[in-house]
Parts: sequence; C-alpha cells; structure tokens
Amino acid sequence: MQFTLILSSSPQDPASRRALCFARAVIAAGHQLQRIFFYQDAVHLASRLLVVPQDEQDLAAQWQEFVRENRLDAVVCIAAALRRGVLDEAEARRYEKDADNLAAGFELSGLGQLHEAMQSANRVVHFKGDA
Amino acid sequence: MKSLLLIASHAPWSGLAARETLDIALAGGAFDLPVSMLWQGEGVYQLLAGQQPDILQQKNLQSQLSGLPLFGIEQLYVCSESLQQRNLLPEQLALEVQLVSKSEIRQLLATHAQTLVL
Repeated sequence: MQFTLILSSSPQDPASRRALCFARAVIAAGHQLQRIFFYQDAVHLASRLLVVPQDEQDLAAQWQEFVRENRLDAVVCIAAALRRGVLDEAEARRYEKDADNLAAGFELSGLGQLHEAMQSANRVVHFKGDA
Repeated sequence: MKSLLLIASHAPWSGLAARETLDIALAGGAFDLPVSMLWQGEGVYQLLAGQQPDILQQKNLQSQLSGLPLFGIEQLYVCSESLQQRNLLPEQLALEVQLVSKSEIRQLLATHAQTLVL
C-alpha cells in the first residue's frame, strides 16, 4: 500500500507525535510512505532551530531523524514555510536573510506536490492540529 | 483522477487557515484537478461581501475567491444551515455558490474520492 501523509499540526501538537507513530507503523508493516507533506504550522517540524528543554522530547528532531534514516520524500510547502521563517539556503539568499534552517532531507516545494501525492497514493492520511 | 472536496470551516481572519485552504483549491485548479469547495460553520464568513480586512491589516480574500472559477473550480457549495444560524442571506455572499442542506452535504462527502479539512 502506498501512503501519503499530510501534516498541518505544530510541533507542540499531539497530532505531530501521532503522525510520527503512524508513519513508523506504516513502514514497520511493510507499506510504502511515498510522500509526507508538511503544511501550515507543521513546517516548523523541518526547522533545525527548535530548542526544547532537556527533559522534554524534541519532536522536530525525531521527525528529521526519521526522514533521514528512511530517505523519505519529505516536502515542505514553500509558501507556508516562508511565512513562518523556515528557509533553505536558496530562499535565504533570494530574500536576503542571514540564515537558513531547513533540515537535511526536506525539500521546499509547491502545493502541486500535495495534489500529485494525493492523486497517486492508495491512502492519504491527514494529521491536523487543534487550530 | 480522484476528486477532492475541500471544506472551509475557519473564520476568515482567525489565522491563515482560510487563505491556506483556498491556496490548495487554486493549486488543484492550476493542475486541472476535480476540486470542489464547501464552506460551512464559521467558514461561511469567508464569503460575506463588503468586508474591510484592511482595518486588521489583512489582505482581502476576494482575489482568491474570485480566482476559483477562473481556475476551473466551479463546484462551490455553502451549508445553508450554517448561513441560517448566523442570520446570513445568500444575497450577502460575494461569490456565486450553491446552497446545500445537511443531507446534500452527506452526498457530497460520499461522491468525492477525498476530503480535506484544515
């Protein structure tokens, strides 16, 4: 089974943790995660600059490790990311910002990637926040 | 191609959700995908004509809304019960949309391959 996951919850939202548990279960069960699309506040999960207190779980770091280890197709909506200050090197240069923060393994791209993934997957699961 | 029903349920100036839902619709239209939209709950306020978002330093949603038919998104629905609950009349809406009852909404959900609510 080919799964596409859509995340729109913030890193602090329990839905982002549920999504990671679900994604791990998809792979463990032998299915494919063809794409994970990060939209709205979920773009912060792709930031390298989140810092959480030492006795708390760093969900963004866990997502980033999961994406890297499984070489997943992790697409971050570029418009949603720019508004929220999640930039790769090229966008930081384009908008003359002094830093970039997009984690390795993630790619900034447009909403066309969301539609493409929704069209081609057997199952689309959306993890949404409380917003 | 799989049809998508986008449900807009957020008030227009309560954050980015209204705009970011419309962005998904417009992107789908740009790729000629069968996308429908349903406004319900607080989302019906997105359609209300004569808003002055500039007072809130916000950009009008009107350009995105009127872009929908231009991008081929013509299946536009509004929950009539949500309008009634808020004392809104169809004449007050800035976009031509079809009024649907709860049972018609159930039908919309059944006939679309996918549904997305932000």
